[in-house]
Amino acid sequence: MSDPIIEVAGVTKAFGGVVANRDVSLAVERGSITGLIGPNGSGKTTLFNSIVGQHPIDSGSIRFEGREISRMGVQKIARLGMLRTFQQTRVFGKMDCVENMLVSLPHRESGWLEMFRPYPPELVEKAEHLLEFVGLYSKRRLAAGSLSFGQQKLLEFAMALMNEPKALLLDEPTAGINPTLINGLIDRLKRANRDYGITLFVIEHNMRVVMNLAQHIYCMAFGKVLASGAPADVKDDPRVIDAYLGAAA
Amino acid sequence: MIFTRRRSAALHVAILAAGIAAPFVFPAHSVQFAVFWIMVLFALTWDAMGGQMGYNSLGNITFFGLGMYICAITQIGVVYNVGEYTAANGAINVHFTPVQYFQGLTLGLVLAAIGATIVAAILSWVLLGIRGPYYAIGTLGVAIAAAELTSTWNWVGGGQGIAMPVFPGGPGMRERFFYFACFVAAILCYLFFRWLYRTRFCLAVNAIRDDEDKADALGLHTTRYKTVAWSAAAFFLGIAGALFGNMTGFVEPLETAYPTLTFGIFMIAMTLLGGKGTLWGPIIGATVFYAMREITWTYLLGWQYIALGVLIIVNVVFFQQGILGWVKSKRPEWFGVKVEEEEKPRREAARPVTTRKAANA
Amino acid sequence: MLENVQILTGAPVFNIQLLLNGISVAAIFALIAYGLGLVWGVTSVKNLSQGDMVMTGGYLAYELGKHGVHPIVAIVPVAAIMFVLGWIVYRIIIRRVIELDLFTSLLATFGMAITIQQSLNLIFGPDVRTLKSGFGNFSFFDGSVDITQIRIIAIGLCIVLAIAMVAFLRYSRMGQAIRATAQDPRAARVLGIDTDTVYALTFSLNAAICGAAGVLVAMVWVIAPFYGIGYSVRAFVIVTAAGLGNLAGVIVMALVLGVVEQYSGFVFGAQFQQATIVSLLLVILIIRRLALLQQRRSLQ
Repeated sequence: MSDPIIEVAGVTKAFGGVVANRDVSLAVERGSITGLIGPNGSGKTTLFNSIVGQHPIDSGSIRFEGREISRMGVQKIARLGMLRTFQQTRVFGKMDCVENMLVSLPHRESGWLEMFRPYPPELVEKAEHLLEFVGLYSKRRLAAGSLSFGQQKLLEFAMALMNEPKALLLDEPTAGINPTLINGLIDRLKRANRDYGITLFVIEHNMRVVMNLAQHIYCMAFGKVLASGAPADVKDDPRVIDAYLGAAA
Repeated sequence: MIFTRRRSAALHVAILAAGIAAPFVFPAHSVQFAVFWIMVLFALTWDAMGGQMGYNSLGNITFFGLGMYICAITQIGVVYNVGEYTAANGAINVHFTPVQYFQGLTLGLVLAAIGATIVAAILSWVLLGIRGPYYAIGTLGVAIAAAELTSTWNWVGGGQGIAMPVFPGGPGMRERFFYFACFVAAILCYLFFRWLYRTRFCLAVNAIRDDEDKADALGLHTTRYKTVAWSAAAFFLGIAGALFGNMTGFVEPLETAYPTLTFGIFMIAMTLLGGKGTLWGPIIGATVFYAMREITWTYLLGWQYIALGVLIIVNVVFFQQGILGWVKSKRPEWFGVKVEEEEKPRREAARPVTTRKAANA
Repeated sequence: MLENVQILTGAPVFNIQLLLNGISVAAIFALIAYGLGLVWGVTSVKNLSQGDMVMTGGYLAYELGKHGVHPIVAIVPVAAIMFVLGWIVYRIIIRRVIELDLFTSLLATFGMAITIQQSLNLIFGPDVRTLKSGFGNFSFFDGSVDITQIRIIAIGLCIVLAIAMVAFLRYSRMGQAIRATAQDPRAARVLGIDTDTVYALTFSLNAAICGAAGVLVAMVWVIAPFYGIGYSVRAFVIVTAAGLGNLAGVIVMALVLGVVEQYSGFVFGAQFQQATIVSLLLVILIIRRLALLQQRRSLQ
């Protein structure tokens, strides 16, 4: 039974003369972990940016939970329940981790008066609980800017969880993380998907991670979708191998 | 010297007492002291936008002037025809009974505050999406344009200005009355922002300052926060303007109502000096700035504005954290901040970690 | 106001006057805006003191004039002096704020603006000054249209300076270094370019440009200590509308600004000059914003 939470149909996006995405179509199943791979410059991050509303697309349609979102801005899409993490991790450097978490509250139901309330202890507790989930509990009162890159990535992930998204687009979540910690991250991603029911759409370069994590993979190259299917199939697809080798050449 | 609750309460009481006593102990300086409280208000309101939210407005003075004019028009308008009054250029001397005067003043203050707030809300909408240097120059432009347009509008006196109604009461009473009015305004402003910075508002606007795109990506209603911040600042600035206009007795567009190059800049200089993004930074900055200004105006006459410009440069280039920031970095314990948190993760679950007290006591 | 519009429609020759005036001011605006854009593009510093640097140039020429130096001749020494001053200012102030956040650099230049304005006021007094160039007027249409020769000369000089700048940037090694740094400072450093010198040179060049423009302003109109901010705002408007590195856009926008200003001054009155420029600025900023939104909405 197909229940796509994100549907991308015929999306094209060009910057000046460069066509970053050319007639891209894919679908992400609700509750799944879907991977997006491809050599550098294949248009993966551009596609992410288009999906979350960071820039308008030139043509095509993007649907989230059946609703057309290609004309919406980042803020609105975030409130609908689709978040993304950034390749160059973005956290609020001057605040401490708990404050970063509190700011990441879901803002869906907020009226104008919400902003004048203090944060109740339950929310602080939830924040600390999530920080513990990602292993940052001991650092929770440190300024986010003073954390290491890997720790900031974890914080960003925790902040995304705090926001209670329905779908989370992760841009290279394991890049720059110490290899020994990657398993822990994969584990947490799976748990987030399983326990919180969050659909994950992940850009990854690390093949081991993708094979381990994703249930379905799309491969992009030169702005187009090249192949799609189960991880094992895509990995052995000659076109995919060509694309990576071709890009390396 | 940690800022415990008791020490903080003592500080507040001391300031309150000093504030109340001042016009009686130094009656000749009442007006100067009143201006001091207005400076505190200036700094607090600018910091809400610039320091806390990162929207550095160079034109907040617009609301000051707006409030001043709205109040002036109201005060005169309830008794006399404004157009005739301004056209006569001060030749008409309207007699206000005390009741009329205070009614006019009260209504004027209320309308000034509301008017300024509404204009701020509208401007927020007009300038929506405009950030950084564009916002700075855009707001500066608005202030300059406001001054210019007011100068050409004859109904409000044009370039000649409006002579304000005379305060009913003896000479000493007038100064004292407006001193306390400014004092109360500053206190209300402080209490408001003190409360506001303890709600979710504070973290949200700080997030907007640190990374607005990230705040967007988390679904924050950034527009709401911007509107509220600016409207709140405008509210108090409008009141300050109304009071100031009455204090000086004469409202004129370029030097009194929309002094972009003096008061408009002082707002920023004071906040930077004291430490932006904190509650007490602007207050400290206003105090130090005001003291310095009083001293240099007498001894550095002619050079005071150059000194101001240099102060801003030095502050911005060499001393970004301001006085409060500097103290915090030298003595973090005073603010309850623990510098090192080298706790072993294994033992962590059992031991509660010390929390950070806010710098605002 | 309406009568003024009627004059324009009734006697078309006045339009020519306004257009000519507009074009002559546009040349100088374009020059100043170009310098602002140059510094902005290369160092990311938005120089709020641009207009005040222009005034400084004018006053320097005024001082030289007191020693018998003709204004047009003064352009060269003034530009040289401003270059040196620019270098000093870079070393003391700008260098330290380049890598910092947006507002810090903006405030630093704002502080500079105030310092310069007040210094000029202290030294020269608040009165407006002008420089006599000793040239006459051209008259057309039986005296209905009048243009001072100095304006034509000013346009010519602006063109010369602009060509010199463009040639320098395109063909000289330093010019290439500047353009490289503007695109990517880190890459430039990796290639061995001393970005600090590039920044210093760019800022000083801009100062020299402002100096030259200031002399022209003093000859064509007047200078006064507090008039600088008007030029800063105008330059900002032009750069904002045209975008960085777009010389053609700068020229077009400067023309638009110059002509609009003349027309609005004539129709609405000179007192609304600042308001006009500011309105134009706000309109441009809002249009930019709306254009982005429109792009979003125009998808089927």
